[in-house]
Amino acid sequence: MTGVKQKAISPEEFHTRISLHRQIRERVSIIFASKIAVIGLAIVIFWVFVAVFAPFLTPFTPLEQDWKAPNQGPSTRHILGTDELGRDLWSRLIHGARVVLVILPLSGNLWIPGGTAIWGVFAALIVGMTLGLVSGYYGGWLDEVVMRMLDAMMAVPIILLYLIIMAALGASAVNVVIAITIVGTPGIARLVRSLTLDIRTREYIKAAETRGESPWYIMFVEILPNARGPIIVDAMLRVGYAIFAMGTLGFLGLGLPPPSPDWGSMVAKGREFILAGSPWAALWPSLAIASLVIGLNLLADGLREESMRYQ
Amino acid sequence: MDVAEETAGVTVLDVENLTIAYETRKGDVEAARDISFTVREGETIGLVGESGCGKSTVAFGIVNFLGPNGKIVGGNIRFQEEELVGRSERELRRLRGDKIAMVYQDPMQALNPSVRLGQQLTEALTFHQHIAKNDAWERSIQMLKRVNMPDPEDVMYRYPHQISGGQQQRVVIAMAMLNNPSLLIMDEPTTALDVTMEAAVLDLIEELKHDFKAANIFITHNLGVVARVSDQLCVMYAGQIVERGAVTDIFRNPHHPYTMGLLDSIPRLGESKAESVLHPIRGRVPPPNERPMNECIFAPRCDYATDECRKALPAFVKISPEHVSRCIYAREIESQPRTAKKRHIVRKFEPTRPGSPEGELLSFKDLKIYYPKESQSVVSLLGLGEKKFVKAVDDVSVRLSKGKTLGVVGESGCGKSTLVKGIIGLEPITSGDMEFLGIDIDRSVSERDTSLIKEMQMVFQNPDSTLNPSYSIGKQISRPIRRFKTVPNDQVKGEVIRLLKAVRLDEIYYDRLPRQLSGGEKQRVGIARALASRPDLIICDEPVSALDVSVQAAVINLLLEIQEIYGSSMIFIAHDLSVVRFFSDDIAVMYLGQIVEIGPAEAIYSPPYHPYTEALLSAVPIPDPDVEQKQIRLGGNVPSALNPPSGCRFHTRCPRRKEMLPDNSQICEKEVPPWRSTKHGHRIFCHIPLEKLKTVEPIVHSSE
Repeated sequence: MTGVKQKAISPEEFHTRISLHRQIRERVSIIFASKIAVIGLAIVIFWVFVAVFAPFLTPFTPLEQDWKAPNQGPSTRHILGTDELGRDLWSRLIHGARVVLVILPLSGNLWIPGGTAIWGVFAALIVGMTLGLVSGYYGGWLDEVVMRMLDAMMAVPIILLYLIIMAALGASAVNVVIAITIVGTPGIARLVRSLTLDIRTREYIKAAETRGESPWYIMFVEILPNARGPIIVDAMLRVGYAIFAMGTLGFLGLGLPPPSPDWGSMVAKGREFILAGSPWAALWPSLAIASLVIGLNLLADGLREESMRYQ
Repeated sequence: MDVAEETAGVTVLDVENLTIAYETRKGDVEAARDISFTVREGETIGLVGESGCGKSTVAFGIVNFLGPNGKIVGGNIRFQEEELVGRSERELRRLRGDKIAMVYQDPMQALNPSVRLGQQLTEALTFHQHIAKNDAWERSIQMLKRVNMPDPEDVMYRYPHQISGGQQQRVVIAMAMLNNPSLLIMDEPTTALDVTMEAAVLDLIEELKHDFKAANIFITHNLGVVARVSDQLCVMYAGQIVERGAVTDIFRNPHHPYTMGLLDSIPRLGESKAESVLHPIRGRVPPPNERPMNECIFAPRCDYATDECRKALPAFVKISPEHVSRCIYAREIESQPRTAKKRHIVRKFEPTRPGSPEGELLSFKDLKIYYPKESQSVVSLLGLGEKKFVKAVDDVSVRLSKGKTLGVVGESGCGKSTLVKGIIGLEPITSGDMEFLGIDIDRSVSERDTSLIKEMQMVFQNPDSTLNPSYSIGKQISRPIRRFKTVPNDQVKGEVIRLLKAVRLDEIYYDRLPRQLSGGEKQRVGIARALASRPDLIICDEPVSALDVSVQAAVINLLLEIQEIYGSSMIFIAHDLSVVRFFSDDIAVMYLGQIVEIGPAEAIYSPPYHPYTEALLSAVPIPDPDVEQKQIRLGGNVPSALNPPSGCRFHTRCPRRKEMLPDNSQICEKEVPPWRSTKHGHRIFCHIPLEKLKTVEPIVHSSE
C-alpha cells in the first residue's frame, strides 16, 4: 500500500462533509417517508430513464415507416404495435418522452438538453420568482401594478391563452416553451409573493436591512432560499401541467410540427383509427401523458405532506 | 391567609402519580411523570417551570384535552371524590359538567371573533343549565360587573376585537366563572398582557378566589406572578415536580437546586448590575425523549450533583409536613456554602454622570416619526380628505454617552420599537435632529455610509426568527465581517470562531444550522452577529423576553461582559422593568410616543416618580411573597396614537393628578406639561410640582 497515498482531510472539511452528507440524507429520507411520493418518484424515474436512453431501447427510429405493417397491435417485433404509417409506437412514445423531458429541439437537428416542459417551467420560475419577490418585498404601488397585470392574465382561460400565444407565434418547441412560461408565470409570482410577505417580517431580514444590504441581496439570498420548499413542490406540479398543455397543443396541431414524435399529435392521429379496430396508436400516448402527470402529482403531494409534517 | 382555614377546605382535586405520554414516531414519550398534588376549595396552586416542563400537559390531562396522540399512562385524578382516569368521554362530561373551567393564554383564541360577546357569555350559561335567555343575559352582565369590566351592558353587544386584550381576558374569566366552577384552571392567563393589565387581572383573580371559593390551578413560567397569586406551589422540571410546598416556604427557603437556581437567575426589582450578579443555570432542559429514567433529572445541570444522584430517581424528601423536595441532599443544601456560584463577583460600574467628559455617542432632539394612516375610503383613495397620522414617536429627545446603556421601557404600542427603527434608519424620520458621533444621521439606512452602518447593530427578540434557517451559523456571522471588511478575507473564519468563543459557543457550532440550536444558543449567535462589525452602539430589542428565565440570566451576563470588554454603548428595550433596571445606566420611560420620565436608573426607581412610572413599577410582579408593593392600578385603555389626548397624553389614565393638582387638574387636559428636573439629569414630564411628587411613598417595602 505504499504507492497509494491517502489524502488527509482537515477536521473542518470533515465536519462540512458530514453535515453535507447528513443534509442530503435528510432530503432523500423525506421522499422515502411517504409511500405516494415513492410511487410518484418511481413513475417519473421510469419516464426519465426511457427518455434518456431512448435510442438504445429500440431498434427503430421514430420516423421509420413499415408499409407492410400499419395499425398493428403489440407483437414481438413492435412491442406496442405500429401506427397508420407503420411506425413503431414504442419508439415514437419514448422519443416523445425525450422531447418532453430531456431535449429541447431548437431548429433542424439542433437541440439543447432539458425537456421542453422542463425549460418552460424553469423559465416561468425565473420570471415568476423575480416578479413575486419584487412585489412582495417592495409592496406599495409596484406590487399593485404587477399583481393587477398578472390578475388580468389569469382571468383569461388557460387553454385560450395557450391557443392565442401559439397561434400568434406559430408551432415550434421554442414557442411551446414561451407559451408555458407566459401561462405559468402568474401562478408562481403569486405563490412567491405570498411567501415573501411572510418571510420579510422575520428578524433576520431586519438584521440584513440593519447591515445595509441591497434589496437584491435580501430578496435572492435571504428570502428566496427559505421559500424553496413550496416553490419546489409547486414547480413539480407545474411540470405536470406543462406536459398536459403540450399534449393539448399537440392534439390541436399547435405543438411540434409533424412528423416529429409528439404525444398530443399521436393521440390526434390515432383517434381516427380507434373505431376501425386499432386503438393502440391513441391509447399509449394517452397513458403516457396520464401516468407522467399523475407521477409528478403524487411526488409533489408526498413531498408537501412530509415537509409539512417536519415543520 | 389563616392556616386553620386553609386546611379546613374540602379537597376538590387530587392528582396522584399522574404520568402522561405522547405517542410519537420514536415511540411513547413521557411529558409528565409521577405528578401528585391536591387542590382545596378557595386555594390556588401554582405550577411553575420553564417551557417544556409539562405544566400545560398536566392541565390538559385533568380536562382530558390531550389530543389524538396523548394519553394518561398511569396514576389517578380524583375530582370531588370521583375518579376521572379511565372513564369514557360521556361519563367524564357528566362528572365534570360545568364544574371545571379553563382560561387560556391568548384570549383572542378563546373568544369567537364573529359572535357578539353577550351571546358567547349567555351560551356558556344556557348550554349547561336550563336558564331562560333573559336571566342568562342579566347574569352575564352581573358577572361582567364582577370582573370590573367598564360599561358591561355595552360590552355585551360588542365583538371581541372591539375591546382590548386585558378586557378580553376579563371576559374569558367571566365566562369561566359564570357557572360557578369548583375548579378553575388558568394556563398562563396574563403572559400575553402588558404589565399594567397583568397586574389588574391578577388582582381580579385574587378577589374571585375569595368570593367564589373555587379551587384554582395557576400555570405560569413567571415566578413573580406565581408569588402574587398562589398559596401552594409546585415547581416543575422536565416533566416532574421537583419541589412542592407553600409559596412563602419555597420562596424563603428553597430546598431544591432547581428552585434555587431559578430564584438566582432573575433580577429583583431595584437590583442593578453594579451591586449584584445573576446566576444562570447551565445547560438546557432535556427534550422529553432524552430524559433519564432512573436518576435525578436535574443532575446534569446541578452544581451539587454527585455520583449518588445518578444512581436512582430521588424520592421526595420532607422538609416540613407540607414542603417536599425531590433531591437527596434537600436538607443539607441550604446549609452548604454555594460552591460553584459566588456572590462576591461585583462589577465595578461608576454611577452615570450626565454630560460627563466621555463624550456623547448618540443624541436626538424633538424626534418625530409619524406613519400615514391608510384609510380604505374612496375619498382618501382619490387623495382627497384629511390625512391622518399615527404619531408613533412624538417630540422625543435623548442623549446617550459612550460606553453607557440606555434602557427604554413602556407598554406595547408606546413607540419604543419605532424609535429604534428610526435610529437604525429603517423608518423614515418625520422631523427632528439625530446625531451619531457628531454626524447627522436623519436619513434611511440605504443612504447611509457603510462606515456609519457598521457602528450600529441590533440584537433581536425572537430567537426563532433572528437567524436565517437556510445558512450555517458560520456563514451568518461571517457575512457582516465580509461586508464591512472588518478583517482581511483569509482571516474571516478565525474571526468568526473568535466571536463564537466570545459568546461562549464552541467552534463546532460553525457548521451547524439554526434549527440544531436551542433558543439561548440562537440568541448568542445573534449577539455574535451584531458584534461582528465591532459596532459602537448595540441596540437590543427585547433580547431576553422570549427566553426561559435560566437562559435569560446567561444572556444578560453575556451582554454585560461584552459591554465591559468592548466598551460598546447599548440601547436596551424591554418590558420587564426589573431586567431593564438591572441592565441600564439611564432609563427612559415612554408612554404613547413620548418620553415621560428620563434619568439615571436609580433615580427612576425611587421617588419622585412620574405617575405613569409609579403605576408601572407597582404593577411589576415581584418574585418574593414577603415584599409589600404599593397597588396603583391604571384605569381605562391606552388611547389611540392616531388621535392622542390633548395636553398631557397620560391625563386620561393618571391616578395622581386629581389629588395633587388644584382645580380638578384641568391644566393636564389643556396644556402640555413642563419638564421638571431634579439633580443628576433626572427629568419628569408632568404638571405636578416635584415637591408633591417627592411626597409619594416608594413602591417597594422589603420586609428584610
